[in-house]
Amino acid sequence: MSMPLDLLSNAIVAGLLLGGFYAAVTAGIAISFGMLDIVNIAHPAFIIMGSYLAYIINATTGLDPVAAAIVMLPVFYLLGVGIYQIYYAAFERRGQEALRGLAFFFGLLFITEVGLILAFGVDYRYVEARYIGPTWRIGFVDLPLRMLVPCGVSLLMVLGLQLFLAKSFIGRAIQAVAQDQQALQLLAADPIRIKRVAFGVSIATAALAGAFLIVIQPVEPSVGREYIGRAFAICVLGGMGSLPGTVIAAMLLGVVESFTATFYGPSWAPAVSFGVLLATLAVRPAGILGR
Amino acid sequence: MRPWKFALLTLAAGAGVFALALALGSDYVFFAGYVVLQFIVLATAWNILGGYCGYVNFGTAAFFAIGTYTTVALHKIGSNSGRYLSGTAGELLQPLFPLSVPTLVILSGVVAGLIGFGMGYLTLRLRGVFFAIATLAMAVVLQTLVINWDFVGGSRGAYIIRDESLPVAGFKLGYVHYLFLIMLLLAAVALSVARLIEGSRLGYGFATIRDDEMAAEAAGVPTLRLKLVATTISGALMGMAGAPYPYYIGYVEPAGTFGLQYAVNSIAMPMIGGTTSWAGPLIGAILLGSMQQIATVTISSAVNLLLVGVLLVVFVVIAPNGIIGLILDWQRTRGKP
Repeated sequence: MSMPLDLLSNAIVAGLLLGGFYAAVTAGIAISFGMLDIVNIAHPAFIIMGSYLAYIINATTGLDPVAAAIVMLPVFYLLGVGIYQIYYAAFERRGQEALRGLAFFFGLLFITEVGLILAFGVDYRYVEARYIGPTWRIGFVDLPLRMLVPCGVSLLMVLGLQLFLAKSFIGRAIQAVAQDQQALQLLAADPIRIKRVAFGVSIATAALAGAFLIVIQPVEPSVGREYIGRAFAICVLGGMGSLPGTVIAAMLLGVVESFTATFYGPSWAPAVSFGVLLATLAVRPAGILGR
Repeated sequence: MRPWKFALLTLAAGAGVFALALALGSDYVFFAGYVVLQFIVLATAWNILGGYCGYVNFGTAAFFAIGTYTTVALHKIGSNSGRYLSGTAGELLQPLFPLSVPTLVILSGVVAGLIGFGMGYLTLRLRGVFFAIATLAMAVVLQTLVINWDFVGGSRGAYIIRDESLPVAGFKLGYVHYLFLIMLLLAAVALSVARLIEGSRLGYGFATIRDDEMAAEAAGVPTLRLKLVATTISGALMGMAGAPYPYYIGYVEPAGTFGLQYAVNSIAMPMIGGTTSWAGPLIGAILLGSMQQIATVTISSAVNLLLVGVLLVVFVVIAPNGIIGLILDWQRTRGKP
């Protein structure tokens, strides 16, 4: 079978752009699940919440959705801090995170989704911005701006997070918590406080990821579910807590999905992530950049 | 109490429930009761893996849908057996169709059990959370498969036309009554299985996995084998609960069959009732199930789902051992002055 070159290169570029967005979706999970061992399956629900907040701000003030998300960052950070406080007091301290902690996050996921349905209905919502619509064209390769802008800002965000984790004091403390919590305690640092900050940061990324999502496609409350499988597949494939690994894995999944959508039809795309997840777990559970 | 005595007792209780429902004289009781019974089966099945072993399954909807779509596929073959069953093998199978509902229940149980076993085999060797995430993703993937599978209706859905009534020993038994009876029997089976496991070596093995898997492994408990047994039994029971559903509802489509309400209910019911004994899921399912039946009629179905989510979160945070735990605590404090 010969593939037309333009179709092939467009599929690859579309996949890379999609992957850039997936990196933003997964960055928060890479921190909470990969580093802190908190299985936050409600993360996609917070992303959808971010989408709706961007939508509300955009619809009422006309502010750019991505700028609106940046305004909302502190709110999401505080939300994350609050959730971690409950999670710690109710589950982590008692050592019950495996069963009840998971049920807790599942309940949060469910409450957010049903709450949004009750408040906004199941209609698709969308935002308005200058870059939604136009497409740059380089040769025969299409670069739709509604994909390019989220991808670019997303990569900037992940880069910023990586610098924060590698250079700043608190960032290095977060990495230390991920490695050995007890050792940190011996150094007279409070691991709970550091984890609280880290979890707040992970939820804050959901505000931006949500804005990207609603720029890329119209959103309704149950879209988030499709991203659970994707985000965890990317997180595992990327080697859990590694942000560079997350970006590589996200791009990889984006390209594979884009190929599936181009050559088999878009309705098959959600199945790809599950295949990737199962294959990774079966063959190399440590991921591509795993420790 | 011996397990067989317990099984007889559940059957007697089931007969009592059926007589009571008949005495109320309204078909609505059977419609609503069917859903509550279905949740008793699902919650009990979930608890065999979740409560006894401590492994969370988010894929209840997927296993339920496996049962539902096994029925849809076999029903379609049965309604046009001349076309789908050709060749010598087909001619041998033809007289077996159309299959009765109990046969479909058993076949669905086998299919769902096998898929549960396969899922478990791929993911249970790793940390428990990978199994949980894989089940969550499995629901999305199976939904994708069904949407793309035209034979069972794809995303448009499929209609199942059932008879009005069924002749049983000279009587005419209404079809809803018939399905209610099947679900009642399934609930009795599920509770008896759960009770049997609880008091057996298998159940003690499950408890060691729940309490400390590493220590269990070190003490020579075959943890992987036990987990696979639990996943298979649990999946099979969920599939069986889904098998009569197309006949009950008359029309199935992927979005409804894979709805999140199955997953959240089958987790919330044992968590609210209590996860360590067979009585917990039963209490949770009866309470939450009837509450939802009432709320769906009086308020709205979205509000009652929100209520289930809120109750789940409140119970896991405040009363981690469910209603049974609260009762035990209360008895303990009352004993001490």
